[in-house]
Amino acid sequence: MPILRLVLERIAYAFIVITAVLVLNFILVRLAPGDPAEVIAGESGGITEEILAAIRRDYGLDLPLHEQLWIYLGNAVQGDLGYSFYFNSPVVELVVSRMGPTILLILAATVIALFIGTALGVLASRNPEGLFSNFLTVASLIGYSAPAFWTGLMLIILFAFVVPLFPVAGLYDVTLSVGYFGRALDIAHHLVLPAFTLAIIYIAQYSRLARASMLEVLGSDYIRTARAKGVAERVVFFKHALRNAILPIITITGLHFGNLLSGAVLVEAVFNWPGLGTLAFDSLLRRDYTTILALLFFSALMVIVANLATDFCYRLADPRIKGKRG
Amino acid sequence: MADRPAGAEIPVATAESPAREAWRMFLRNRSAILGLVLLAAIILVSLFGPPLYGVDPFKIRGAPFTPPGVDPNVPLGTDHVGRDILAGMIGGGRATLAVGASAALMTVAIGLLVGAMAGYYGGLVDEILMRITEFFQVLPSLILAMVLVALFTPSLYMIAIAIGVASWQSTARLARAEFLRLKELEYVKAGRTIGATDRRLIWVVILPNALPPLIVSATLIVGVAILFEAGLSFLGLGDPNIMSWGLMIGSSREYIFDSWWSATFPGAAIFLSVLSVSLIGDGLNDALNPKLRER
Repeated sequence: MPILRLVLERIAYAFIVITAVLVLNFILVRLAPGDPAEVIAGESGGITEEILAAIRRDYGLDLPLHEQLWIYLGNAVQGDLGYSFYFNSPVVELVVSRMGPTILLILAATVIALFIGTALGVLASRNPEGLFSNFLTVASLIGYSAPAFWTGLMLIILFAFVVPLFPVAGLYDVTLSVGYFGRALDIAHHLVLPAFTLAIIYIAQYSRLARASMLEVLGSDYIRTARAKGVAERVVFFKHALRNAILPIITITGLHFGNLLSGAVLVEAVFNWPGLGTLAFDSLLRRDYTTILALLFFSALMVIVANLATDFCYRLADPRIKGKRG
Repeated sequence: MADRPAGAEIPVATAESPAREAWRMFLRNRSAILGLVLLAAIILVSLFGPPLYGVDPFKIRGAPFTPPGVDPNVPLGTDHVGRDILAGMIGGGRATLAVGASAALMTVAIGLLVGAMAGYYGGLVDEILMRITEFFQVLPSLILAMVLVALFTPSLYMIAIAIGVASWQSTARLARAEFLRLKELEYVKAGRTIGATDRRLIWVVILPNALPPLIVSATLIVGVAILFEAGLSFLGLGDPNIMSWGLMIGSSREYIFDSWWSATFPGAAIFLSVLSVSLIGDGLNDALNPKLRER
């Protein structure tokens, strides 16, 4: 069956890309100025000669480069990407333990951006020269131009001093002793500001895209046909036009996953959201290179998975492509 | 993105040159002019402000956390160590704008080179270059740039290079698409028939015709690069000896409850810079792709 072959092909390709990311990490450590052992140890202080000697031995740093690479890849296959001397933990455990909050943040931001962005764009497309449409064009430019970490700080000021509706830091309130459901509600409450901050840029982009896409679809022949047939305007608009206009937005949403991860690093640092971003911030402060490189690896992995998922979602949403390579 | 609809390549006989006509269209666009004026003002202040104001942005000039409008010596107040916010505003633009511009140049240079080669030569070259592009698209650009700056020395050059290396992919795709389309046109074939070299065909014959969408995307990339530089400085990855708007926000992040002003003003400066570039980019898009305006 061709679909099975396609899936296998995609997965095989994903593995090649993952290996390439590992090779990139390996090259970067060797290219960095200074002794690779010291780079691997990081600048966390308290690094003794014994530790450096142990690193040299474990990584085979006296061996020729290709053997070093082989050792590195061998360790990686066994789930060992190194040890963080600052956090005192294997980096894989460290990164995996922080992935949950980041994924939650990114998914929440994506849902917010998709709903609000599409709704605004569709609303604007009903009257493309109208007041609301022009307002949206200006608003999206503003949303697109404001740095997310700054918007976040501004929201913190607003919600801490002016209207204390939402908590401005952390994942949940540690002082609250509530049940499972209460904790989930508390997390959702804490999620509002960071997720919205992260979503702003995408709300701006998706609203523009939805507007343009709707206008294009509404001008097409099959919409004219539907109208000529006497299909109710509401049905034409929502059922015929919206369904098709939404396809480019799905594509672009999938492509944005990497950007969302980048944005999450900044937004998490602002809101003390305990995910990969705060981990990145802390390890950058300590020049903990092993952790930073593991972060690069895992974020690439997450992008690859997100790309595969989007690809299959798109196939489900659009029956016109079946087994075609995009 | 700035794809030109099919049929846009048909030459139209006009008395004016296309560039001149585009410029005239651009000047009629009020928001684009607003962007241009705004950007010019920001550049002028950054260039001539520091010598005119004459205050070192790192110097302590008043009590810490002085609110704006209290001490006439520091009109925009001071940060948590008593440094003059206004001096930072005036002096902090240089690093941001210089890195933003050179990073954008870097991005466009890498993207154009890869895209032009892939689109022009096609075949195996295209396949290899596009695989490399796809590989880089998997790496989240800010995280890759972070790694590069952290591993190598955090100088302004390194930051610009890191941003370029992390974000050239979309330019490469755009350039490739343009070259793929243009290389099949008759005037390119004619050039090849009379014996023009590949180098001449790529840079002299095709490139000028591929420029309009690339110019628009390059403008928008300047905005992205400014945001990028600000983000890296915010994370403490900038050059610590050079004041920048991102650095100001990053260092006052923890004190946001004590002094709202020390993060608000530099952020507004970043916002206005990016906004001005976006307005210009939108204006160029309308001017260079007249077909799009029919929508």
